[in-house]
Amino acid sequence: MKSQNRRSFLKTSTVITAAATGLTPTQAHAGPENVLSPDRLGVLVDTTVCIGCRNCEWACKTAHGIDTPPLETYEDPAPLEKMRRPDDTALTVVNRYPNPADPDLPTTVKVQCMHCDHPACVSACIVGAITKQKDGAVLWDTDKCIGCRYCMVACPFQIPAFEYHKAIQPRIMKCDFCTDRRAEGKLPACVESCPVEALTFGPREELLRVARERVKRSPDRYVNHIYGEYEVGGTSWCYLACTGFDTLQFPKLGVNPAPGVSESIQHGIFAYFVPPVSLYALLGAVMWTAKHRAGDEEDQS
Amino acid sequence: MTHYMRPQPVTTRKFITPGVIVLLLLAANGLAFLAGRFLFGIGAVTHLNNQYPWGIWIGIDVAAGVALAAGGFTTAALGHIMHREQYHVVVRPALLTAMLGYTMVAVGVSIDIGRYYYIWHPLIMWNGSSALFEVGICVMIYMTVLYIEFIPVVTERFIGRVNLPGMLAGLTRPIDRLLRLADRTLDRTMFLFIIAGVVLSTLHQSSLGTLMVIAGPKMHPLWQTPILPLLFLLSAVSVGFPMVICESLLASRSFGLKPEMHVLGRLGRMVAPLLGIYLAFKLGDLFVRETFVYLKEVNTVSVMYISELLFGVVIPMRMFMSPAVQKSPPLLFTAAALVVGGVALNRIDNFVVAYTPPYSFGSYFPSVGEISVTVGFISILVLLYRAAVLIFPVISLPDRRLGPTAKYSVRG
Repeated sequence: MKSQNRRSFLKTSTVITAAATGLTPTQAHAGPENVLSPDRLGVLVDTTVCIGCRNCEWACKTAHGIDTPPLETYEDPAPLEKMRRPDDTALTVVNRYPNPADPDLPTTVKVQCMHCDHPACVSACIVGAITKQKDGAVLWDTDKCIGCRYCMVACPFQIPAFEYHKAIQPRIMKCDFCTDRRAEGKLPACVESCPVEALTFGPREELLRVARERVKRSPDRYVNHIYGEYEVGGTSWCYLACTGFDTLQFPKLGVNPAPGVSESIQHGIFAYFVPPVSLYALLGAVMWTAKHRAGDEEDQS
Repeated sequence: MTHYMRPQPVTTRKFITPGVIVLLLLAANGLAFLAGRFLFGIGAVTHLNNQYPWGIWIGIDVAAGVALAAGGFTTAALGHIMHREQYHVVVRPALLTAMLGYTMVAVGVSIDIGRYYYIWHPLIMWNGSSALFEVGICVMIYMTVLYIEFIPVVTERFIGRVNLPGMLAGLTRPIDRLLRLADRTLDRTMFLFIIAGVVLSTLHQSSLGTLMVIAGPKMHPLWQTPILPLLFLLSAVSVGFPMVICESLLASRSFGLKPEMHVLGRLGRMVAPLLGIYLAFKLGDLFVRETFVYLKEVNTVSVMYISELLFGVVIPMRMFMSPAVQKSPPLLFTAAALVVGGVALNRIDNFVVAYTPPYSFGSYFPSVGEISVTVGFISILVLLYRAAVLIFPVISLPDRRLGPTAKYSVRG
């Protein structure tokens, strides 16, 4: 037998184990932090106020340098006939749903990134290119992104869009909560452009208080449900509506944060690298025993 | 018998055959569509969209590819860690398959991501909570380990036989010395890499299952379960030997060799209990979460789920238990191929069929371009395997010198 003896086996194994455990503390905590500030911002969307003018769509495109026809063309209600989703050319869209109580007053719903408090995309992103900011925004970093589209698989609201027709530097496109505009002291473009104040911008806690107040004051106008208050652990954008949110095609989601199960499995397997290192040691022991048993048999024969 | 078998290059066959020409054409076709992806973007050749971000390039090239390369770590565990000498004849072919398989997985990932030139980002940009990050890092390290494990095969072939022509003649001596150094070093340290390979495989085979957990309600309840990582690991372990059996029988046939039935039959016997454990967890999950209600209707998901279990697990499990099957090459091949197909189908189900986005404008079916690229990759894989066994000592052949077992087999 031309292999290492028992001592060198043990020596090398010890070195490797020590090296692996030495790495533990830094690696186990790698990953984006999620600090939820009590002052984090949000937007309250009151779909009972929205008139479906789609000015927000135009303002959003203009603010983000996306090509758009002039604002006048948005007066044409034809696009509302079909359900649309945000994509790489429109970070927000407005959809229309029939109102069973009053056919003349359909409900219109603006859709964009919800800016979750515990975002699945942030947890999923392989390189940590998506981060939850203290002000509530969920932002994407073009310098890190590799374009794997795992955020799109993970998002419970199916929001991130990908530039499928770009061969070089395709981007993940989604609402960025107008971070650049807000840095200049301006409102998010959609909020500013809304002619009927269907969108209210402010600290999330205050918005929820306003929302509860509105529901309490006009119980006939609203269903008693603030969508986004608790869904997937809470979202920065919250919605009020006159009918059940399932009829407005909002996904029915639980109150647990979307990345919860996945993260607990992940952290369980890698609890300070104990399971992999133990497995390594166990296999080493099995290998050593098996070989020595085989060796003994050869000696005897 | 095994003592007179020794891995050596297959010299009795030529590389080019009619089958090889077909594979070359399929490979060229795949590469042509791939060129389209690099020139015009992913959207130009695939049916992927914002509702269906992952298709068969992830479901087959990556997920099924990783699962079917499991023969590498299962035979390493059996042959080297449990030290069962009699299985050493299948260790090298399995190692070669794993090495080529993982290379295809890496290439498959690179072409599917939008910014392939940033494939190295996960090495320095870490996100510990991401299952994909863990899979990516483990696959990168494991691929390196597989290449290291293959080095002894290269040194065995070329030590003392390096003979470079013309201008490069001066390099002959240094290269030979390098090969000898690598051989000596690895002789003493190979066990470290072998154990690392098994640990890394256990980790990423299971984490591949964690990948879809975060999709939550977007994945059909028949497949969406918190024990997905366990199911992925168990199915990877049970598909390892069937994959080795399939390859070995195909190679024997292609190279006109006598199939190693005494080894393959025994490998087959071990598959039944492994499949049994997998089946138990799969059925347990079905009843604990009461998802069997979805099987009452006949539709795509129920048909896929049932065929995955019936043809991929139950029937081959029964077959592997029968001594007649263990002795007959065609029956053994059928049973093994069913498991391979079943696990491949399971990965496609998990990543493609089960994925139902909350909003969609029609369902996903792979485009001609996607299928061409996948078929092209598989063809290239087979061609590389054929080339490798003609060049390197991988397949065990009866040794004319009647020497002892291969030097490599006592290593580790």
